[in-house]
Amino acid sequence: MSKEKILEKGFLLIAFSSIGILALIAFFIFEQGVPLIWKVGPGSFLLGERWFPSRGSFGIFPMIVGSFWVTLGALIVGVPLGVACAVFLCELTPPAVSTVFRPTIQLLAAIPSVIYGFWGLIVLVPLIRIHLGGPGLSVLAGSLVLGIMILPTIISISEDALRALPRTFKEGALSLGATHWQTIWRVLLPAARSGIVASVILGMGRAIGETMAMIMILGNAVQMPHSILSSARTLTTNIGIEMGYATGDHRQALFATGVVLFFIIMGLNTLAMFVSGKRRT
Amino acid sequence: MGIRKSLNPIWALAFFIFAILLTGCQNPQGGLTVVGSTSVEPFAEVLAEEYMAHHSQRKIYVQGGGSSAGIQAVRTEAAQVGMASRALMPDERDLIAVPIAYDAIAVIVHPSNPLSNLSQDQIKNIFSGQVTHWRKTGGRDHPITLVTREEGSGTREAFQHLLMGKTEISLGALVQDSNGAIRQVVGDDPNAIGYISLGLVNERVKAIKIDGVEANVENIKEHRYKIVRPFLFIFKTTPQGMARGFLDYILSPAGQKLLVQEGLVSVTTISDSQR
Amino acid sequence: MIISRHTTQRLAKGVIWVAAFSTLAVMIWILLQVLVEGVPLLNFKFFLDSPRQMGRTGGIFSTIIGTLALTAVAIVIATPLGVGTAVFLREYTRESRVSRMIRFGTDCLAGVPSIIFGLFGFVFFVIFLRMGWSILSGGLTLATMILPTIICTAEEAIKAIPHSYREVSFALGGTRWQTVARAILPNALPGIFTGVLLGVGRSVGETAAIILTAGSSLLMPTSLFSPIRTMSVHFYILAREGISMEMAYATGAALILLILVINTLANWLLWRYVRRVGG
Repeated sequence: MSKEKILEKGFLLIAFSSIGILALIAFFIFEQGVPLIWKVGPGSFLLGERWFPSRGSFGIFPMIVGSFWVTLGALIVGVPLGVACAVFLCELTPPAVSTVFRPTIQLLAAIPSVIYGFWGLIVLVPLIRIHLGGPGLSVLAGSLVLGIMILPTIISISEDALRALPRTFKEGALSLGATHWQTIWRVLLPAARSGIVASVILGMGRAIGETMAMIMILGNAVQMPHSILSSARTLTTNIGIEMGYATGDHRQALFATGVVLFFIIMGLNTLAMFVSGKRRT
Repeated sequence: MGIRKSLNPIWALAFFIFAILLTGCQNPQGGLTVVGSTSVEPFAEVLAEEYMAHHSQRKIYVQGGGSSAGIQAVRTEAAQVGMASRALMPDERDLIAVPIAYDAIAVIVHPSNPLSNLSQDQIKNIFSGQVTHWRKTGGRDHPITLVTREEGSGTREAFQHLLMGKTEISLGALVQDSNGAIRQVVGDDPNAIGYISLGLVNERVKAIKIDGVEANVENIKEHRYKIVRPFLFIFKTTPQGMARGFLDYILSPAGQKLLVQEGLVSVTTISDSQR
Repeated sequence: MIISRHTTQRLAKGVIWVAAFSTLAVMIWILLQVLVEGVPLLNFKFFLDSPRQMGRTGGIFSTIIGTLALTAVAIVIATPLGVGTAVFLREYTRESRVSRMIRFGTDCLAGVPSIIFGLFGFVFFVIFLRMGWSILSGGLTLATMILPTIICTAEEAIKAIPHSYREVSFALGGTRWQTVARAILPNALPGIFTGVLLGVGRSVGETAAIILTAGSSLLMPTSLFSPIRTMSVHFYILAREGISMEMAYATGAALILLILVINTLANWLLWRYVRRVGG
């Protein structure tokens, strides 16, 4: 085989590293987690309401509910704000401003989650406890912080979606006598819908996957949260908070939680790819 | 010649990686690895720091992970020494356990909490979730914020075993994954109650008396305060070499004094009281 | 009463301005929260001293070394793999089932949460490959996490190179490999470097996966197999356990500044070398 052929095959092999790693991850996590799901029974694992490993109860439903509420809250906070900022950057400011803003947003996306969690712990949690009641460590605190954390994702992708629209959309609407706002609200945003939805789905993926900040401010109670002021636990924090000590069945149950998480994230990612149609960074 | 030149960066990189791996692949642990309970961990770290200050050639790596993980690590020889904050279970008795100190578990509340004494039954009722309002115990008019350690924690197991007995801790309790974190939460929330290692109680929280008995060395020695657990060092076989040296230091008066300074009860105190 | 569309516009735009500025305000608040308390505590001694008494006193030197070591291992492993993948996708193949599969894998990998990487790293590197909690385990886990970033940026960098470079090289009789090695890669280096920097930025901020794979020892590491604590893990532990709020703020400030510097550099490079003309 010529050297060129060897190199080509070599590059092909290297290129499969990302799929290879993904497969490895799936294999090892499943290998640890699936036997336990089978042992406990998928139904009682996913829908069981009691998580009490030392007594052999492995129901993760409270965590699924916790993840759901916190993510929903994050979207309620993050999507309107994010889309508003995207509109702001795209339509309400001159291009120069947005060239400055975009790297700033990327910068903010790079701030570690422990810093966000710390701020939530020091600032938000006492505020909530003093003014709204409950322990402060709550779904509300988690949603607010998570909402802020997903803002960069939603802003940058939505803004790209808006910018990608043909100028004729805007010009056509304006020339028909629409105000700027009417153009934005009735023409541009609907046209950028698929990009914005993709950003929301990716934001959701980011929110569901967040661990450190949530461990710091959700309180981690194992029960189902009954209000936004109650403490909760997500699938990720369940793993994060008990992984250090767990052995045997308990540890496998945490991997099983990872399996569920894996499926959810893969599902969301695939959905996002369908919706946006093209590959996103 | 030209082809060789363009390959150079690749070879250089490969060599570089190889070199790194080679230098890294020395004897991994030229030192002692001590793994286990996060309750024992801070004290083991302080002891290790002192020990290494006097024996600069020896390295001791202290790591958390929990009592069970520590015992497991010793069994699989991933670590030379394990730390446990609970007594060994029957199926762990093949390992060697040496008490290095005793630690009481204190039930703590916010310093502003008007209560300073609760009966064991009252504490049980609070932690099981039966009593959810401070009013019911004579305190202020506010719901109780309950804080506990996570499942698998040696401290939680000890608390469960020594105080709660058969009563389960409420599933609605807030969960924090270290003594320090519980101390933070209780110190910030005027309505919180939790439990931590007595050695970690500081001015941010208040330890309450149980059945009128205060948690202090005197009461521990006289067996009046009963929520006491041993801090154990676990070995697979009789400790030798550096492990022995470290253990000897810890059990020596100097080592024990350090532990007492940090808030623990020395082994000699307990063995004296058993005479 | 019908509100005129001009009033609606003024209202809507007002709301949006408020939204944008409050977003900015909150972001700045979050950063200042730590920077204001932490920056005054930063001095040379802080950076060069190792932590003592579990971090109550002393500095953060060993954690800085830990962060550097972990990041170095991650970069050394991920860069060749990432650049290689990008080269393959752009130079050795067309859009086909194979390339779509690879892109799918990369995108999925990019979406995996860090705790899953932590679980994987723990069961694969720490236990299965018996590397224990170590710089190696942590670094390899980080490498898998930053791989998608490097692939993406490297691809952009290679894509940005005009076709004429390739055409000239082929016209002169160069093989595909020679084209890549002599015409493409050297010119894509700034872009690739940007990707590496972004990967570094991500590594520095990572916490969950590192706790599970690199341990949390405060001692100076002696080999790749030593356990180590990074700055972000140190910050997390200090903040959660209330060991020393001052140290926590200082460590947090150092962390934020480091990431700001790395990312600003990366963004500047990106703007200067990759995004050439236009946005």
